[in-house]
Amino acid sequence: MTAHAVTHQIIATSSQSERKLFPIPGGVHPPENKSQSLNLPLSALPAPAKIILPLNQHIGAPAKPLVAIGERVLKGQLVASAKGFISANIHSSISGTVTAIEELPVPHPSGLPAMSIVIRSDNLDESVTYEPCENYFELPKEQVIAKIQSAGIVGMGGAGFPTSVKLGGRGKIEHLIINGTECEPYITADDILMQTYPQEIIEGVKLLAHLLGNPADVVIGMEDNKPKAFTALKEAAKGTNVQVVAFPGKYPSGGEKQLIQRLTGKEVPSGKLPSDVGAVVQNVGTVYAAYRAVKYGEPLIERITTVVGGALQKQGNVIVRIGTPVADALSEFGFKERQASQLIMGGPMMGFTLETAEIPIVKTSNCIIAPSYAEMPPVAPAQPCIRCGLCAEACPAGLLPQQLYWYARSEDHEKLQAHNLFDCIECGACSFVCPSHIPLVQYYRASKGAIRTEREEKAKSDRSRRRFEFKQERIAKAEAEKEAKRIARQKAAQEAQQKMAEQKAKAPPAAAAPATAESAEDTRARLERALASAQTRLESAQAKHAEAVAEGSDRVDQMAARVKQAELKVQEAQAKLSETQHTPTASTVDTNSDDPVARAIAKAQAKNAMSPLEKAQSNVESLENRLSKAQEKHQQALSEGADNASALLIGVNKLTEKLEQARTELQGLQAESLSSTEKPAAAPDDPAAAAIERAKAKAEAMASMSPKEKLENQIESLTGRIAKAEQKLAAAQAENADTVEALALGVEKLKAKLASTQQELEQLNP
Amino acid sequence: MSFISQSSPHAHATNSTQRVMLTVVLATIPGALAMVYFFGVGVIINLTLTIGFCLGFEAAVLYLRKRPIGFYLKDFSALVTAVLLGLALPPYSPWWMIFVGCFFAIVVAKQLYGGLGFNPFNPAMIAYVVLLISFPVQMTQWAAPVNLGDLPSISEALTKVFTGTAIDGYSGATPLDAFKQSESLTVADIYSQKPIFSEAFFAGAGWEWVNAGFLLGGLFLLWRKIFTWHAPVSMLAVLALMSIIFYDGSSESSAPVLTHLFSGATMLGAFFIITDPVSSAVSNKGRLIFGGCIGLLVFLIRHFGNYPDAVAFSVLLMNFAAPFIDYYTVPRSYGHSKPRRATEKVDV
Ligand code: SF4
Ligand code: SF4
Repeated sequence: MTAHAVTHQIIATSSQSERKLFPIPGGVHPPENKSQSLNLPLSALPAPAKIILPLNQHIGAPAKPLVAIGERVLKGQLVASAKGFISANIHSSISGTVTAIEELPVPHPSGLPAMSIVIRSDNLDESVTYEPCENYFELPKEQVIAKIQSAGIVGMGGAGFPTSVKLGGRGKIEHLIINGTECEPYITADDILMQTYPQEIIEGVKLLAHLLGNPADVVIGMEDNKPKAFTALKEAAKGTNVQVVAFPGKYPSGGEKQLIQRLTGKEVPSGKLPSDVGAVVQNVGTVYAAYRAVKYGEPLIERITTVVGGALQKQGNVIVRIGTPVADALSEFGFKERQASQLIMGGPMMGFTLETAEIPIVKTSNCIIAPSYAEMPPVAPAQPCIRCGLCAEACPAGLLPQQLYWYARSEDHEKLQAHNLFDCIECGACSFVCPSHIPLVQYYRASKGAIRTEREEKAKSDRSRRRFEFKQERIAKAEAEKEAKRIARQKAAQEAQQKMAEQKAKAPPAAAAPATAESAEDTRARLERALASAQTRLESAQAKHAEAVAEGSDRVDQMAARVKQAELKVQEAQAKLSETQHTPTASTVDTNSDDPVARAIAKAQAKNAMSPLEKAQSNVESLENRLSKAQEKHQQALSEGADNASALLIGVNKLTEKLEQARTELQGLQAESLSSTEKPAAAPDDPAAAAIERAKAKAEAMASMSPKEKLENQIESLTGRIAKAEQKLAAAQAENADTVEALALGVEKLKAKLASTQQELEQLNP
Repeated sequence: MSFISQSSPHAHATNSTQRVMLTVVLATIPGALAMVYFFGVGVIINLTLTIGFCLGFEAAVLYLRKRPIGFYLKDFSALVTAVLLGLALPPYSPWWMIFVGCFFAIVVAKQLYGGLGFNPFNPAMIAYVVLLISFPVQMTQWAAPVNLGDLPSISEALTKVFTGTAIDGYSGATPLDAFKQSESLTVADIYSQKPIFSEAFFAGAGWEWVNAGFLLGGLFLLWRKIFTWHAPVSMLAVLALMSIIFYDGSSESSAPVLTHLFSGATMLGAFFIITDPVSSAVSNKGRLIFGGCIGLLVFLIRHFGNYPDAVAFSVLLMNFAAPFIDYYTVPRSYGHSKPRRATEKVDV
């Protein structure tokens, strides 16, 4: 103890002479609990039988899986690639087979599952060959940063921010600060790392300094409770411009913003980034990993993790493969499950509890704590806030936690923001000191979430308000637009028709597969993968169940339940898959499509695909069809005395005429085909297509008309119909046909309708 | 296997609200002992009655509000209120008056507002002021300190408290009363003529030691980091400053600095009343203002007002003002060049 204290003093004095330190407000002194994990030397955990690689081990977008179920992968192989700017690559840390890509419990404060790749080891530990690089100082910086990026390096101190992004930023950097503070109790992973690899860390610091344009101030900061690490680094840093500084410990001096303030006196303005005050902060573990990535081409597939707590037989630091289940690490350290009050990943101040040990150790997992009940008893129930102000004294951000708590409870979001809730770093210092044991941080997290949702909703309602405001304008524009659209569509349809004709000349139309087909393919692949993983799980569950039955274990029931669950999952996956398979993956345009243009194209396409002879035949057929239908309708109208009988009759007549025409055409063609002379491709102004166009245009015109226009139109057509019907009637009378009566009736009815339509129009015209 | 899930942090300091409250009670012991020595058994009767009544009322209200009685009684906040009220009331006060006081403190000033943490006013001071206004005669009868006469015996005391039978010659003027009542005398005259001063060492017989006792307790609490120095230091400094400014020794003069600091409820107020976190300002800057204003008010009321002592009134007035102080003293937080006003609009 005395020796320890003396070392503290030595460090403090020597560092004081070197660098001015700045005070940081607040802070607490929780018991350090660091010595218990520093007794054993650093060892490596045996390669696990299975790894689970969550796709979101970093801040930003989850990575995109590159492997399929059943695929064999090697150690160090890229299995998921960064998706987007802020994201990170993920590599396998063992060799083996991908057995599942599915949602699994992952280390995240929310406790929600996330997509993960599961790889079962083949115990060969076969590795891809890495590409070492000696002359990295001579390479273009972008190339070196790309190496760091492709190795999947992220901030290993806890946040998991992609390192390459931090290094690639613009703006002048004055301070490169390496964070070796490790101010959280229990954790000693960085301490051990600094003790074991000081040379590599210094080399890494030099590398990062080079990449950042050699900032004037390069400093490694740590708390003065790591004398060995301090001496080791100090030794390694001799002859470089890297400063090594130790300062008296206080939680949370290792927070990024707090460390910047401690070492430079600068505060990162609210809502800004450290680079805005010319500082970049990197964790020592990150520096080490980045160095190895560049120098040896090693991807980030292992890290040092502290395994500690009273519910373990031994405690210490281990090198673990990323993706190793926590349970593996715990059992290596003699985990006594019954004695554990909880299971924590990260430190006791900012870490989160794990509900199961089947969660993997990821890139950011610096510590696993399995505390005994004596160490971390379940929290006492919260008492009322007595406004003692201890929390405000402790807050490193200078907030008023008791006021935030008050407003959080009353959900006063405005006041919360006025009291700078979003500057809270969730360090937990306030909850730590609170004599009433109020879970303050929990309230802040919930409130932050609520405010974020509220902001999103507000943005949404803003948008809809704008929509409403523009509505009037839009309505005014609507008519003109519709008209323009109609013309445009007509043109487009014509063009499409032409195109189809051209295309037909070049390639079969089926070749023009729509782009959406590919994503459908993707979905199917994903579902197939899901089904495959579900099946593997089912198999393993069944095996376990059988085993349990054989052993007569008391877990039979549990196993049976698991099998049931797995079966259900398989069924679900199957159902989903077959669903997608039944959805037509249309390679040709759907004739039932809602889009008139598409419909027209489809019909024209079908038409164009036929030979002129076939076309003529089908034309005749369809005309015959239509004629018979029209005749039927006419008869019906006549018998009912409907007012459209005459109109129908006209239609019948016209169709008869057309049919005649078509028949002659067909006969001509048949004669031609007999003489084996080929006719040139169909003219674009195909009558059927033209008819479609006309009908479409009419429907559209109707749709775009105002009621008044519609009525006028109706009147016009009615007048036309009456004239024609009268003609017909006259002819019939002249011939003394037996349809005279019916026709006369029709004319009368039409006239009546015309009158009523005119009246309607008058009402519209005041 | 499933482990419990809870929010960080998972480590907690060992202090607790119970411990804070009990420390406060503990810290009153020197002052309370001095009071018992100088004013007799009446102080003990006071404390016994207030503790009994206050805890009783607290339990009754918790029962009516359907709250877990044991859990809330164990925060010991009612005990603190009881002790402070017991020390503030004149010894040998009638039991019914104490009963009424406890009712106002616990039921009206605390529980009706929602219980611990929600009361805008200091419960003990509410009770004190209600009693002072309702029963001015009883409330201004302070026992004379032991060096100026005999203290009542236990039986006399009990009869007085429970039947109202007067005890001859037990009461006397307090130092502050003495100043109030002798308008025509110069300070020097008062000091030589009034026994309460002539028998004293530096401020007022008996009272100086009682206040010294509370000062001691207060320093203990400061050392235990139960509260910050801001409010008490600020109050005492302003009170001292004002009495220096207004002191000229004439008949119009203020009482000397030491008399102001070491008589009446000055020290009890400075370290045990205005430091009540619930009803004071929250930030350190706010507490400086809060304490300073109380010091000022205490002096103004003592010097110009009609009441000889003023701590209770001043505290209540400033309790009333505390939210306004908070409003304008939000501290500057990390990453902000200047503090944001609590009233300022934010972009949502
Ligand atoms: S520490 Fe707890 S009890 Fe004290 S003011 Fe803060 S929230 Fe309230
Ligand atoms: S959790 Fe937030 S409010 Fe609490 S001490 Fe940390 S920064 Fe301050």
